[in-house]
Amino acid sequence: MAVEKTYQEINERIKKGRAVVVTAEELVSMVKEKGITRVTSEVDVVTTGTFGPMCSSGAFLSLGHTKPRMKMHKVWLNDVPAYTGIAAVDAFIGATEVPEDDPLNSIYPGEFRYGGGHVIQDLVAGKTVRLKATAYGTDCYPRKEIETEITINDINEAILFNPRNAYQNYNCAVNLTNRTIYTYMGMLKGNLGNAHYSTSGQLSPLLKDPNFKTIGVGTRIFLGGGIGYVVWNGTQHFPGINMDESGTGFGHAGGTLAVLGDLKQMSPRWLAGTSMLGYGATLTVGLGIPIPMLNEEVCRYAAAGDDELYAPIVDYGEQYPNFIPSNLGYVSYAELKSGKIKVNGKEVPSAPMSSYSRAKEIAGTLKQWIQKGDFLLGEPVQLLPNTEAGIKANSLKG
Amino acid sequence: MSSKKVVLYFTADITDQPIIYRLVKDYDLVINILQADINPQKEGTLVVELTGDNFGPGIEYLRRLGVAVQPLTEEIIQNEEKCVSCGACTAICPTGALYIERPDMLVKFNSDRCVVCRLCVKACPMKAMEVRF
Repeated sequence: MAVEKTYQEINERIKKGRAVVVTAEELVSMVKEKGITRVTSEVDVVTTGTFGPMCSSGAFLSLGHTKPRMKMHKVWLNDVPAYTGIAAVDAFIGATEVPEDDPLNSIYPGEFRYGGGHVIQDLVAGKTVRLKATAYGTDCYPRKEIETEITINDINEAILFNPRNAYQNYNCAVNLTNRTIYTYMGMLKGNLGNAHYSTSGQLSPLLKDPNFKTIGVGTRIFLGGGIGYVVWNGTQHFPGINMDESGTGFGHAGGTLAVLGDLKQMSPRWLAGTSMLGYGATLTVGLGIPIPMLNEEVCRYAAAGDDELYAPIVDYGEQYPNFIPSNLGYVSYAELKSGKIKVNGKEVPSAPMSSYSRAKEIAGTLKQWIQKGDFLLGEPVQLLPNTEAGIKANSLKG
Repeated sequence: MSSKKVVLYFTADITDQPIIYRLVKDYDLVINILQADINPQKEGTLVVELTGDNFGPGIEYLRRLGVAVQPLTEEIIQNEEKCVSCGACTAICPTGALYIERPDMLVKFNSDRCVVCRLCVKACPMKAMEVRF
């Protein structure tokens, strides 16, 4: 009879220190050697990981009251504006915000040396951050300005809340124009000078549970070096299947996650301020998800190797910026990782934007946490929509 | 035998001189061109590694011709504290000085191959590539 395991059974084994945990990379070779049936019964949990630039990240900070009280109207952290239209002393610092006096792209390509992502990294590192706030003053909150210093330990709450992280799959970006361009996929040389991709392939969380059979609201995860949770699907969650013009499928893409966790227990090693030349500032996030081996189907998907996972090749010179659907073909992560791919018949050097070695370290760390019995699986209270939901993307008019 | 990296700056009027030929033929220098930007009738730069006993006389010859010679003293450093081995620098590095070591996918830096073009300094998302003087 086919193996069926429950979260409760797996968690019991974790508590007793008897759970068998492997990384997604280890699972790939294990399944090739022993077959799905045997591995599904032997292994309890498979760990995944990814460490790449993830916009749509940020942190809610509850700063604490001033004396006299102040209803903050504008807030800056190390000169980076934070959004405070939430409450008197609460603010949200977004990863891509930059100082008001940043030259941006007026000196092209702009460097974007410091932004919201860097503020978050400085906070997590325990560094002192300059807080400036202004207010219009009310009867109950009369104070109109403050300039002070904070650290993450001084403020009441610091909650990382990333509305869209862990993209299931991502484009392999190239540039068909004849000039160098500066994108969120890095510097792309003209005439197919290079190709950049940005997932951890066979370690990437949502490529290993592509139909959202185990990941849902309440899934406990590795987030920024600490523990976090999946709290919803991410924004722009459009789970679908990549296809070429003939209708041949090239695997899942489009899923995203909203994740949350206590910033105070995270680490600057796993939340890194990031500067994309000519594009902007952001945050590189370390994220890992454990996948329980509930049955053979879950195991089979989790065992997909780099040679079975594909990224679409997209032109960021003309087509992407003009929102013209385009696909220059599909390329496997095995080919991408080799450092050379073929596009339009030309050999093109390929490089990642997301760190495979750090992704591997995340999967390994999560594996250790579970083996030690410190980290129990969170059974989702609700699974996330998958391809069957048929969610379509809207775009703006005008 | 010593080998030194130097930067040569030409004015437009001497770009028609076969100076590399002279350095080889007359001064017996081994020349490794690391970077070259020379266009007819325009000023140009060459970054070369010169090896040979006649290094000094060779440099004197260049200076006599009006070539400005400067030692390549800047170097690029990979700050390993900051580098996360993302790999974003590896396909844009023109000389392969920055490369990915497989199968671990770690970003390595071979400074011997670096020509200090600084592309990585600008493009590194972690600002982990630094110029040292």
